[in-house]
This record gives sequence, structure tokens and C-alpha cells, in this order.
Amino acid sequence: MSILIDKNTRVVVSGITGREGSFHTRQMIEYGTNVVAGVTPGKGGQIFEAGDQKIPVFNTIQEAVESTNPNASMIIVPARFAVDAIYEAADAGIPFITCLTEYIPVLDMIEARAYLDAKGARLLGPNCPGLLTPGEAKIGFIPGSVAMPGPVGVVSKSGTLTYEVIDALTRLGIGQTTCVGIGGDPINGTDFIDVLKLFEADPDTEHIVMIGEIGGNAEEKAAAFIKEHVTKPVTSFIAGRTAPPGRRMGHAGAIVEGKSGTAEGKIEALRAAGVPVADNPDDIAKIVAERMGK
Amino acid sequence: MNLHEYQAKRLFAEHGVPIPNGEVAHTPAEAREIAERLGGVIVKAQVHTGGRGKAGGVKLGRTPAEAEAAAAAILGMDIKGYTVGKVLLDELAPGIEQEIYLAVLIDRANRRPMIMASAAGGMDIEQVAEETPEKIIKVHIEPSLGVRSYQSTYVASRMGLPKELWRDFHKLLTGLYSCFNANDASLTEINPLVITGEGKLLAVDGKMTIDDNALFRLEKVAAMRDVAEEPDAERQAREAGINFIKLDGNIGCMVNGAGLAMTTMDVTKLFGGEPANFLDIGGGAQAEQVAAALRIILSDPNVKAVLINIFGGITRGDEVAKGIVAALGQVETEVPMVVRLAGTNAEEGMAILADAEMETAVTLSDAAQKAVKLAQGDN
Ligand SMILES: Nc1ncnc2c1ncn2[C@@H]1O[C@H](COP(=O)(O)OP(=O)(O)O)[C@@H](O)[C@H]1O
Ligand SMILES: [Mg+2]
Repeated sequence: MSILIDKNTRVVVSGITGREGSFHTRQMIEYGTNVVAGVTPGKGGQIFEAGDQKIPVFNTIQEAVESTNPNASMIIVPARFAVDAIYEAADAGIPFITCLTEYIPVLDMIEARAYLDAKGARLLGPNCPGLLTPGEAKIGFIPGSVAMPGPVGVVSKSGTLTYEVIDALTRLGIGQTTCVGIGGDPINGTDFIDVLKLFEADPDTEHIVMIGEIGGNAEEKAAAFIKEHVTKPVTSFIAGRTAPPGRRMGHAGAIVEGKSGTAEGKIEALRAAGVPVADNPDDIAKIVAERMGK
Repeated sequence: MNLHEYQAKRLFAEHGVPIPNGEVAHTPAEAREIAERLGGVIVKAQVHTGGRGKAGGVKLGRTPAEAEAAAAAILGMDIKGYTVGKVLLDELAPGIEQEIYLAVLIDRANRRPMIMASAAGGMDIEQVAEETPEKIIKVHIEPSLGVRSYQSTYVASRMGLPKELWRDFHKLLTGLYSCFNANDASLTEINPLVITGEGKLLAVDGKMTIDDNALFRLEKVAAMRDVAEEPDAERQAREAGINFIKLDGNIGCMVNGAGLAMTTMDVTKLFGGEPANFLDIGGGAQAEQVAAALRIILSDPNVKAVLINIFGGITRGDEVAKGIVAALGQVETEVPMVVRLAGTNAEEGMAILADAEMETAVTLSDAAQKAVKLAQGDN
């Protein structure tokens, strides 16, 4: 089993004809993802070819929904069109929306998130690498080559750091149920707790790896949640112990402001919740292996 | 992006927040002229850091001669690493009865803009928050509703603001929020907001941080960027689309992805090294960006070793390798380097670098340890 996506998930891609969009859609299809439609305003009626597959392109998601019945969407369009694409997907009734696009203004996300909550739609991202269920399907950037099926659920704020950790797990022969990148923006959709709940409920997930970073208090909230509600073992890593306060470390959300958002605070909260926190990402896989008795 | 006090206050004023009359001077002579027009003034260093008062960057200019002398003392002064290039001359408030703290900012945890206020203004709000958190009043704003009158009343009442000022306070707070909203701010702060001897509210200090992601739709605000405040290397990096922050160590780091870049710094430190910078070349970086990144790293004379850590996904190892070779063709350098490429096209990349006489590493730990050794000079 897996969470959020599997090989039956029917994906519509907003921005399928763009440079990035077409490249990653082809990678997703090659991996086995069931991409059923693409959307690019003005290019409705075109056919997007990927290998021997022919994917219909529509002007709007609504039209894609009317004829191809998708149940997940991926948004990979420039920042100034991305918020509109989020509203469009939610309005068309797509229940699970992944937005990869980076650089969306925070105030726009505050309003979009409120709208999504009212609609009951789930958003992953923005500014995230997406998610991957090994051997089944992926939405987004996570390279399929580093993952393999198995019992560990991975959830992370980061992109490449996550690939690093998945790769290390795989090299030790420890596979994954699903790997989820929630992104590092200050206001996003799905957060750690949402994913922890899903992993806790997923019968195939035996162990959870959670990778956080400085900024905000999502890790602290997750720690409190783990203490109360997660029965499965969780192993963690927090990036940014050496980050100077007051400087934004790349991600719009990665900033230590005064005493809030520090790595120390997060590590302390996690350890207090019984979660081992690795000092070095190279150790995460080893700790997981040990705790799983491998 | 941070704005200067004078820029922030001008934007506040556009939204009805009362500020003192003031003008900016770049020379003492200019300051004198302005003071002759305005009368008694306060002379304030314009730099992107707080606590200027304590650092000697805020001085009285009761007469034009005193204003000129104050400007002469402040201009060129170093405040927390920033050199003062201009001063703001503001009319003196007609007496100060009370100093209040007032801000609108984004509360990530609750996903709402939030009003933060305290009757203990003027001081460092972090300190107030720590020592007497009960003195800080927090109220969330619902974007579709804006600041409602009852919310202003609550804040005013909790601060013990005189009843006669409540209407003005509501107007001011509404204005501050509208300024926050119109300019995609992540912070608008008045510290202090004073009650003058005449019983009026006046914003004598102003601070504003703008969401960089929104600058594309804020032409006027984007033009306020003070490139003189930005270190050269950070400006070059921004223009090349690279995320770069200079630090004090001697190991230059080049990484793809913000999380991995922070982690590379952390692991370097774990093995006893000191990172010279945070650098994220971004997703899908091409050879030119990699070359620019390497040039920026090498322009720091403190750098004794370079650690390149790339985990290919959208970014391809061969592109990175081409960029490194291109940069080495352009800059003379003796600085030793360690390269670790993993993921997409890593092998192709390593093949391109085979002739470049660089140390290579398989894991991040291995790479960091080698870089630390190289920086210590015992290679
Ligand atoms: N226009 C003014 N009139 C009278 N006093 C002022 C004026 N501007 C600032 N001050 C005083 O100077 C102090 C420090 O100024 P401020 O602008 O807050 O600088 P900083 O916060 O960088 O120290 C204020 O708390 C206030 O008491
Ligand atoms: Mg102040």
C-alpha cells in the first residue's frame, strides 16, 4: 500500500506543454504514472506525446475533468500563473493538487489555502518536489532511480536532501511506501501532521522518516502530534543548525527569527517526543536500519 | 527585501499613518539645509538594521549647526557591519508622552496576518516577548474582513490607550494593514508609535520587509532596493539567480537545493570546519550559473577550500561539471576543491572532471571531512 498516490491515480498536468512541464511529465509517464490529461490555455486540442502514449491537452481543467476524469493534479507553471491554477484545480473538484511552482507570494497563498480548506481539497506544496510511491507512480521531481518499494514512509520539507536520504535508505536495502516533499514555503498545504496521520493509518508503513528544517514551528507541532498519536517509530533530521539568525536560507520559510524557528528548539521537541534526530543525514538510514532490526 | 526607515514611513503615510515631516541627506551640508527648513530635527542613520539609537546612529539636531554636526558624525559610521550612506532628518515630535509598539506581520502557524502590539514600545520587542509575554497583544486579521473596529478597540483597550485616541488608533491600524497588504509586506512595524505632548499619535520609526516573491507586481517598491546596502557578492548572486549568503568561515560551499545547502554547512561544522557561505545554485542550474557561483565563492579571500555537493535530480551532474571547468578556465585559483556528485548524470559529470585535479568524494560526510582537511592546509 501507499499514501496519496498509486498506479491508478489519474493525473492532470497544468503546464504540460512548458519546458519543465513536458520534461517532467515524460519522466512521470516513464515511471508508470497514469497521466490522463494536460492543460495549457490556448493549446486545447493538441496531443502531448510521451513514448507510445498520446495525452490530450485541454484549455482548462474543467474541460479535462469533463472528458478524462482525473483525481489528482500537478501544477508546473510560472509563479504568476500558479495561484490561478491552484484555484482552477480546486474549483474543478480535483481532490488532490500538487503545486511544484516556486516563488508564489505569501499573501496569495494565505487566501488560496483558506479557499482550499473551504472546498475540502488537499494541496501539496507549493515550492515542493512532489511525491513518489516506489514502483507505482510519481508526481513531481523526485528521481525514480533512487527509490525502491518497502516499509518506510518519508516526509520532508526539502528537495535534494530528501533524494539523498531516500538514496541512502535504498542503498541499505530499505525501501519506501511513499516519499512526500511538503516544500519549504511559509504557507503551504499539506504539512507534517497531515502526512504523519496518513502514514500512521497505512498498514504497510512500518517506520517514518521526517526531515525538517529551520523556520516556523511545523516540526514542533509534529513532535507534539507524534507524542500523542503516532505509534510507529519516527526517525528525524533537521537542516540548518549552523544557519545565522535573521537570514533566509534559500527557502522562503527557512529563517530563524529571534528565538523562534531554531534547529535546537526543533531537535529538542522531537527528542522529547521520543524521536531520534540524526546529527548527519548520512546516519539516518543507519539509525532506521538499526531500529528496524536490520 | 528590507526597506529603509524613510521608505517605509513614506509608504505608511500613503495609507494615512501619521509620520513626522522629514527629508533625506547624503552630506552634512545637505543636512544643514534641511534643518534650516524644518527647524529642530532628529538625525537618523538609514541602514538595514535596528537598534540604531543604542549604536549612536540617532542624534538630536536642535539647531542647523547641531544637525550638520550630527550628520557628519553619523554618515560613514559603521552600524553592525553596515556603513551609513544617508541620514533621515525628521521634525522632532512635540514631546513624547508614551512609546508604543505596533506591527502587522504574517503568523505562519495560524496562516493569517497578525497585529502585534505592546504598550512597552521603543524597546527591543524580542526582549519584551521573552521577559513579559503578557504585555504583548496579538490579534489575527481575516483577509476577507480586514481590521474590524472591535479589534482595534480591543488592542487599544488592552494597551490602556486613552479613550480619546481610539478612533485615531483604528484609522492608523487600518492604514498600517492596508499598507502591509498593498505592498505584499511580511512585516510592517512601528517602534515606537508615540503619543505626542499634544496628545496625537505619530509613527516616529518604521520598518518594512517585502515578500521578494511579490516584487514582480510592485514596480515602485522594487525600485526602492538599495544596492549599496547589499554586499557585492550577494548582488551578483541575486542577478545570476543564485541563493547566496556570506558567512565567516573558510570553506566555500556550492550545493543544489536549500535544504541540502544548509545540511552541507551543518556537516562541515560537525567535522570541525567553518562554512564561508550558504549557496544554493537552484534547481536545473546550467553551466553558466555554476561558473558564476564558483566565481562568487572564490572572490572571498577567506576561502581556503571549496566543497561542491550536488545531488542531481532536475540538476544534471554533467552540466555542473561543465560549469566548474568553465569557471576554472576563467579564474586563476590555487584554492583546493572537493567534488561530490550523486544522482542524475553523476558519472558523466565525474568523467568531465577527471582532468581537473580535484578531490572527489562519494558521501557528504566524506566530502566534508576532505574539505576540512584541505582548508587546514594539510593535504
Ligand atoms: N521624530 C522624533 N522626535 C522625537 N524623538 C524621536 C523621533 N524619532 C525617534 N525618536 C526617539 O529616538 C528613539 C530611537 O529612534 P528609532 O527611530 O526607534 O531608532 P532605532 O529603533 O533604530 O533605535 C525612539 O525610541 C524615540 O524615543
Ligand atoms: Mg525603533
